Amino acid sequence: MDKILVGLKRVVDYNVRVRVKSDGSGVDIEGAKMSINPFDEIALEEALRIKERGEASEVIVVSIGPSEAQQQLRTGLAMGADRAILIETGETIDALTGAKILLEVVKKESPDLVIVGKQAIDNDNNQTAQMLAALWDRPQATFASKVEFSDGVAKVTREVDVGLETIEIDLPAVISADLRLNEPRYVKLPDIMKAKKKPLEQIPVADLGIEIGEQIKEVKFEAPAQRQKGIVVQDVAGLVAALKDKGLL
Amino acid sequence: MSKILIIADHDGSNLNAATAKCVACANQIAGAEIHVAIFAEDGSAVAAQASALDAVSKVLKVDNPANKSPLAAVIAPQVTAIAAGYTHVFGASTTFGKDLMPRVAALLGVNQISDLMEVVDAHTFKRPIYAGNAIVTVESPADQITVATVRTASFTASGQGGSATIEFAAVTAAIPTHTRYIELKAGKSDRPDLQTASTVVSGGRALGSAEKFQLIYDLADALGAGVGASRAAVDAGYVPNELQVGQTGKIIAPELYIAIGISGAIQHITGIKDAGTIVAINKDEDAPIFEIADIGLVGDLFSVVPELQAALK
Ligand SMILES: Cc1cc2nc3c(=O)[nH]c(=O)nc-3n(C[C@H](O)[C@H](O)[C@H](O)COP(=O)(O)OP(=O)(O)OC[C@H]3O[C@@H](n4cnc5c(N)ncnc54)[C@H](O)[C@@H]3O)c2cc1C
Repeated sequence: MDKILVGLKRVVDYNVRVRVKSDGSGVDIEGAKMSINPFDEIALEEALRIKERGEASEVIVVSIGPSEAQQQLRTGLAMGADRAILIETGETIDALTGAKILLEVVKKESPDLVIVGKQAIDNDNNQTAQMLAALWDRPQATFASKVEFSDGVAKVTREVDVGLETIEIDLPAVISADLRLNEPRYVKLPDIMKAKKKPLEQIPVADLGIEIGEQIKEVKFEAPAQRQKGIVVQDVAGLVAALKDKGLL
Repeated sequence: MSKILIIADHDGSNLNAATAKCVACANQIAGAEIHVAIFAEDGSAVAAQASALDAVSKVLKVDNPANKSPLAAVIAPQVTAIAAGYTHVFGASTTFGKDLMPRVAALLGVNQISDLMEVVDAHTFKRPIYAGNAIVTVESPADQITVATVRTASFTASGQGGSATIEFAAVTAAIPTHTRYIELKAGKSDRPDLQTASTVVSGGRALGSAEKFQLIYDLADALGAGVGASRAAVDAGYVPNELQVGQTGKIIAPELYIAIGISGAIQHITGIKDAGTIVAINKDEDAPIFEIADIGLVGDLFSVVPELQAALK
C-alpha cells in the first residue's frame, strides 16, 4: 500500500489528574502537561511497523487543534512519520466535525489506510474512526489488537466484550487502535533533531469550508461523586467479620 | 413526545442484559414510547426476550442473512433506514454499541452522546469525561435526532413483566460487502459474567504469572464470583482481554468488588465507581486503591488470599 494516515490528538497527559473549575464552566487544564493521546500513539506505532515491514511507503500524521498541537506532530515525526498536517483551529471540535475535517484530508491525500486511536482520553468519545468510515463510505475495524495485510485486504482482530473477533475489510479502510495492538517506541534525541526538518503543513480550518459549531452543547461541568475512604482491617478474620457485617457473606 | 429506538445487543439467541439497562435509561425520559430493534439472521428468540421488557411497546425484527454477525458497516445503514420518525436512537455502551452507534450517528448527520449516565430531560444528559474525573451535562438540539450510547453500569435493568408486540420490519438499505466476519474466539467460562456478576474478584500485576492468577479464580469460585483484572494483568498475558476492568475495559457495578494486588490507577477506578462495596488487598498501605476502598487489608496477597479462601470454607 502507498499511504497511511494517522490521527494524533493533543490531550492532557494521562498522568495528570484534571479538576473541574469551581464555577462549573469547564475543566481546569491550565499549564497541564500535554501529550499525544496514548491510543493515537499506538495507532502511529502500528503505521510505522507496517511501513518498516515494507507494506507501506509513507506515514502521514494529522492533527486538528491549536497551533501548539505542532508539538505533538513533531513528536510523531520524531517517532518516524514522514510528514505532518495540522488543521489549525482554536475552537473545540465535536466528533462529527472532526470526522468531516479528516474526510477532507482523506480526499486530498487518498490514503489506503487511516489509523486512529479508539478513543481520546479527554472526552472519551470513541467515535472518530466510526464516523470517518461512515462519511467516507468505507469499512471500519475498531478496537484492533492485531492487523495483517494481503492483497488489498486487512485482517483485523478486535477486542470485544466476549473475547477476540476477527473481521476482514477491503482497503481503503479505517482502523481504530486498542491498547494491546503494540507498545509504542520511545523517541530518541537524534530523531527529535531530524524531525525538525520534516515537512509540517499548517492549514487553517476555514480553508476547508466546513462549518464549525457545536451541535451538542456542554452546559455544565461537575466533579464526580466521591467514594468515601472506608475502614482498614488488620487481618483476614477482620475482613470476614466486616463482610458479614455488611451482609455480603 | 419522545419516541425512542433501542438497538438490541445480542448473540443470535440471547438478548444481552445491557439492553434491559438501556431500556431503563430510555424509560427515564418522561412519556417516552420505546421500541427495540433486533438485527439478526432470525431474531425470533431475541425478540421474545425483548418483548418481555417493561416499558417496551414494540419490538422490530429486521431479519436478514447479512445480519448473522454483528458488523457495524452492515447494520448501520439499516438502522438509519428505520430511524425516521424517532426522536432518539440508543445503544448500550458495549463493544457492539460503541462500534455501531457512531457510524449510525454520522450517517444521520448528527453527533453522538457517548456513555450517557443520567437523564436530566429529553435532551439534557450527563456523561463522564477524563476517565470519570469530570461529569459534563450536555444538551442535544431538540430539532435533531439524538443518538447515544448508554453507560449501562448507571442503570438498573428494566423488569420483565412486559408484552410488547413483535413486528417484522422491512428495510431497504444498500448493504456493503467490503466488511466480512471471520470468527469470534470467545472466552469460555462457567463463572458468572463479569458484567452482571454480583460479586467480582479482580487481580492485578502483583499476581506475577498466569499460573499464580489461579489464586484469583479459586477465590472467585469459593465466592460464586466473576473474575476481572487490571490492564497490567491483561497486558502481561495472565488473563484474556475480556477480563479488563476500567476506562478502556468494562465498566461494572457489582455489589461486592475485591481488588487484589491492584494499585488503583484512575483508569482502573473509573470502571468500579458504581460498585456497592470495594475491598482492597494490597501490600502497600499507600496504594491509591485504599483511598476509595470500603474495606482495606494491608498484606501480602500470597498469604492473605489462601487464608481468606480457607476462612470461607
Ligand atoms: C490510555 C490508558 C488506558 C488505560 N486503561 C486501563 C483500564 O481500562 N483498566 C486498568 O486497569 N488500567 C488501565 N490503564 C493502566 C493503568 O494506568 C495502570 O497502569 C494499571 O491499572 C495498573 O495495573 P495494576 O494495578 O495491576 O499494576 P500496578 O500499578 O503495578 O500495581 C500493582 C499493585 O500490587 C501491589 N502488590 C505487589 N505485590 C503484592 C503482593 N505480594 N501482595 C499484595 N499486593 C501486592 C503493589 O503494591 C501495587 O499497588 C490505562 C492506562 C492508559 C494510559
